[in-house]
Amino acid sequence: MRIELRDLAFGYPERAVGSDVSLTVEPGEVLCLLGPNGCGKTTLFKTMLGLLRAQGGEVLLDGEPLGQYSRAEVAQRIAYVPQAQTSPFPYTALDLVLMGRVAHRGVFAGPTLKDRELAMAALNELGIGDLAHRDVTRLSGGQRQLVIIARAVAQAAPLLVMDEPTASLDFGNQVVVLTEVKRLAARGAGVVLSTHQPDQAFAVADRVCLMRDGRIVAMGAPIETLTSERLEEVYGVAVSIERTRSGQIVCAPLYG
Amino acid sequence: MKADRTFWIVPLLVLLTVVAAAVGLRTGAYPLTLDGAINALGQLWSGGVAQTAEERVLLDIRGPRVLAGLLVGAALAGAGVVYQGLFRNPLVSPDVLGVSAGAGLGAVIGIFLSLPALMIQVLAFTIGLATVALVYLIAVAVRGRDPTLVLVLGGVVVGALAGAAISLLKILADPYDQLPAITFWLLGSLASIRGTELWNVLPAVLLGLLPMVLLRWQVNVLSLGDEEAKALGVEAGRLRAIIIAAATLMTASVVAIAGVIGWVGLVIPHIARMLVGPNFERLLPAAMLIGASYLVLVDTLARSMARIEVPLGILTAVVGAPFFLWLLWRGRHGWS
Repeated sequence: MRIELRDLAFGYPERAVGSDVSLTVEPGEVLCLLGPNGCGKTTLFKTMLGLLRAQGGEVLLDGEPLGQYSRAEVAQRIAYVPQAQTSPFPYTALDLVLMGRVAHRGVFAGPTLKDRELAMAALNELGIGDLAHRDVTRLSGGQRQLVIIARAVAQAAPLLVMDEPTASLDFGNQVVVLTEVKRLAARGAGVVLSTHQPDQAFAVADRVCLMRDGRIVAMGAPIETLTSERLEEVYGVAVSIERTRSGQIVCAPLYG
Repeated sequence: MKADRTFWIVPLLVLLTVVAAAVGLRTGAYPLTLDGAINALGQLWSGGVAQTAEERVLLDIRGPRVLAGLLVGAALAGAGVVYQGLFRNPLVSPDVLGVSAGAGLGAVIGIFLSLPALMIQVLAFTIGLATVALVYLIAVAVRGRDPTLVLVLGGVVVGALAGAAISLLKILADPYDQLPAITFWLLGSLASIRGTELWNVLPAVLLGLLPMVLLRWQVNVLSLGDEEAKALGVEAGRLRAIIIAAATLMTASVVAIAGVIGWVGLVIPHIARMLVGPNFERLLPAAMLIGASYLVLVDTLARSMARIEVPLGILTAVVGAPFFLWLLWRGRHGWS
C-alpha cells in the first residue's frame, strides 16, 4: 500500500501547526522523520491517520482520499504506535496486543484463536513472549512500549506509523525495535517513524524527512540529507558525521 | 496461570448467586425452610396455584423481591462496569451522567402529584432517560474538547439542577404523607416490587444488556481512550453513544422500580476487576453476578436486621464507603 500526502496543512482550526507537506511512502520503504521538539511530527502523524482533520491538502491511501475509508478500513491499512500512553486498567500484555486485531473482525466479534496466535507471535517476535500474561500497568515504560509495538505488528497493516518508537527504550531494546522495523520493511511494509537520533535514520531509513516549524526542510537519502550543516541549522548544535570502522554512519555532537 | 485462575471464577460466582438467592428466599418474618421452598416451587412449576401460606409467601412476596434484588444488582453493576471503561476512570458510577438524579426528579414529581405507582415509575424512567439525553446533547454541542470530560461535567451540572428541583418539591410536599414517600424512594428499596413490575422492566434491562454483550471487544478497545481506539479501527463516537444509551436504559429501568441505590455500580465493578481483570468479556458477567448476589444479601439484611425496614441506600453506603476508602488507601495500583 502507498500513502501520499499532497500539500498537507495540519494542526487545529485555531492554531496551524504545519503546512506544505508533500511526501509518499512506498511499500517496503522506511521513512524517518527528524526534527526538533514541537516541530509538528506527532500532529502530522495524527493527520495522516485521520485522527485530526487535515487543514488543507489531502492524504491519499492507494490514490483514494483518506476520508473515503471507514475507521476499520484505515486500521487494516495503517498501524499506529503512539507515544507512551498509560491505560488506567490493568490489561494483560496479550489482551492489549489482541486489540490490534479488532479492525480485522466484525464489530460483534471477539478475538479468534487465530488472533491469539498472531498476538502471541508478535510478542515473541519482539522478544517479550514471557510478558504475555503480565499486567501492563506494572511493566516498565520500555516494556510497555514494546507491547504497543507488538500490537502494531499483530495489526498486520501494510503501513506502520511509529511516533518515537525508541524514546523510552534502553540501548538493547532500541536495537530490537529498529531490527523489527527493518524486518517489517523487508516483508513489504512501509514504515514511517520519527526519532530524535540521526544515527537511527542512518541505520534504518531509506529516506529521511527533516522538519522544522511544521515544514519540510529537506528530504532524501540519509547520507545526502543529513549533512552536518543542515543538522546544525535545525538543531542549533554543532555535529560531526562520521563513518565507523564497521561501515556505519554515526552523528556525534561536538561538545564545545 | 492467571488465565486458569480466572476461568473458575465465573462458575463460582454463579454458585454464589444461587446461594445468595437461597438465603434471601429462606430469611424473613415467615419462616421458610429450604425444603419447603423447593417443594413449593416444584408445586408452582407444575402448574399449581399458590394455596398454602408457604407458597403465597414465596410467590407473592419473597420470590419477586429476591428476583428484583438479582435484577437491580446485576443491572447497576453491569452499567457501572461499562461506564468506568468508557470514561477511563475507575471512580465513575452509573449515575455520573445524571440518570439517577433525573429519575429521582421524575419519581418525586409523581409522588408530589399523588400519581399511581405505575405512573411514578414511568415518570422516573422517562425523566431519567431525558436527563442523560440532555447531557449528551450538551456534550455534542460543545465541540473541540475532550468529549468524555464534557460529558462528566455536563452530568454534574444537570444532576445538580435536578437535585435543586427535588429539594424544592420536598419543601412543597405534604410533610406527613408525601415527604416520607419521597425520602424512602430516594434511598432505594425493593419492598414494593411485585411480579408485574419485574416483567415491566425486564425487557428494557435485556435490551440495554444486548449491545454490551455484542460489542464487548470494542468496549475494551474504547477504554484505551478515543484516539487510540480510533487508530485501532473503532468508531469511538458512535460506540460511545450506543453504550451510553444501553447503560442508561439499564440503570433507568431498575432505578424506576427500586429507587436510587447508590454505591453498587461504583464498588462492585472494582471487586469484579480484582477477581477477573479488566477484560470486559469476563468482567461484565463477573460484575453482574457479584452485583446480583450483593444486592440480594444486602436486601435480606435490610428487611431482617431491625423491626422496621432499613432503606437499601443506607446499607449500601455503610458497606460501600469504607470499602471505597480502602481502595483509595491501597493507592494507584488498587484499580486492578
